[in-house]
Amino acid sequence: MMCSYERKIGFALGGQIVSPVKVGLLTIILISVASLVGAGARNQEGTRTGPRPSRAEGLAAWQQIYSVMSHPRCINCHTADGYPQQTDDRHRHLFNVVRGPEGKGVAALQCATCHQSSNADSTGVPGVPDWHLAPLSMRWQDANDKVLPSSAVCRTVTDRTKNGGLDGAALVKHHQTELVKWAWQPGLRNDGTARSIPPISYEQFIAATRNWTQARMPCPQ
Amino acid sequence: METFKLTVNGQVKEVTADPGTPLLWVLREDLKMTGTKYGCGIAACGACTVHLGGVPTRSCVVPVALVRNRPILTIEAMADDPVGRVVQDVWVSEDVVQCGYCQSGQIMSAVALLKSTPKPTDKDIEESMGGNLCRCGTYVRIRQAIKTSARQLG
Ligand code: FES
Ligand code: FES
Repeated sequence: MMCSYERKIGFALGGQIVSPVKVGLLTIILISVASLVGAGARNQEGTRTGPRPSRAEGLAAWQQIYSVMSHPRCINCHTADGYPQQTDDRHRHLFNVVRGPEGKGVAALQCATCHQSSNADSTGVPGVPDWHLAPLSMRWQDANDKVLPSSAVCRTVTDRTKNGGLDGAALVKHHQTELVKWAWQPGLRNDGTARSIPPISYEQFIAATRNWTQARMPCPQ
Repeated sequence: METFKLTVNGQVKEVTADPGTPLLWVLREDLKMTGTKYGCGIAACGACTVHLGGVPTRSCVVPVALVRNRPILTIEAMADDPVGRVVQDVWVSEDVVQCGYCQSGQIMSAVALLKSTPKPTDKDIEESMGGNLCRCGTYVRIRQAIKTSARQLG
């Protein structure tokens, strides 16, 4: 699909444009459009390069993102109820842990009662600064703890009334927080074995997030 | 082995331990502060609760290397703590304790609750104290004692 700028150019090129003023205008428009179209991708430093990804590429990128979001390391804290979940079987968090008013537990039983600022591999307790549950508005599960389909999660993530007012750039930033990064460095379980990690690498996840946001965050139907 | 400087109940202590050693082991074995109890060792019972930087913490799962410069308060300091003193006195007057094994953890959690929520509701008490187990089943008396403490603390 063409954006409105592209439609205008198509019209101009198809018409009988002869005046030098119009040619000059067209040149300015072409340069502007070229820079806008080229505003699509970013390099490592965040500089815009290359063309904007297509909707199809954006949808493919979303599926990669969803493969991460639906992984236990992420979704265990995007629950639909008053408690987090644990482990790859996603059972309710043991020890009567509850969500609390800000997703950080309650006065005498906080997330920080056990979860420290880094993984405690000698005792098997995972940790990173600001360990907390996502708000209920960002639940990615139904009331029976079943993971919502890709389309529903996508709608939630792109709804600024639910996602904390985050636009595309802010979503990329969110994916670069220590809490999100932890999913790829989740430490050891208390039996000394390694926790599982999402199916794609962190670098692939960030690249997919950039591609998806540059494609204007399309969601599957 | 590494040497760590810990501030325990206002006093700086030096201990030499493996960085992965749980704080509970350091308190009990190295510093001989046995008021804090070992119940499960897996964060499941609350018997080992101390306050770490003001946060009620399961000392059995916190490696000593992660304590860093946060002050540690244990049950041994509660007699000199304005809230802890009241809670301990009420624990006695309400006859909360049966065998006593879980009670230092119960008191540490109750003090943390009352410091952040001076007038706790039944729900506040249930949620905050829900992680502290008592095999003797003193839960009803604990709830009553927390309410009495809240009244006395005004
Ligand atoms: S001994 Fe730490 S919670 Fe049980
Ligand atoms: S008083 Fe015996 S375990 Fe609580």
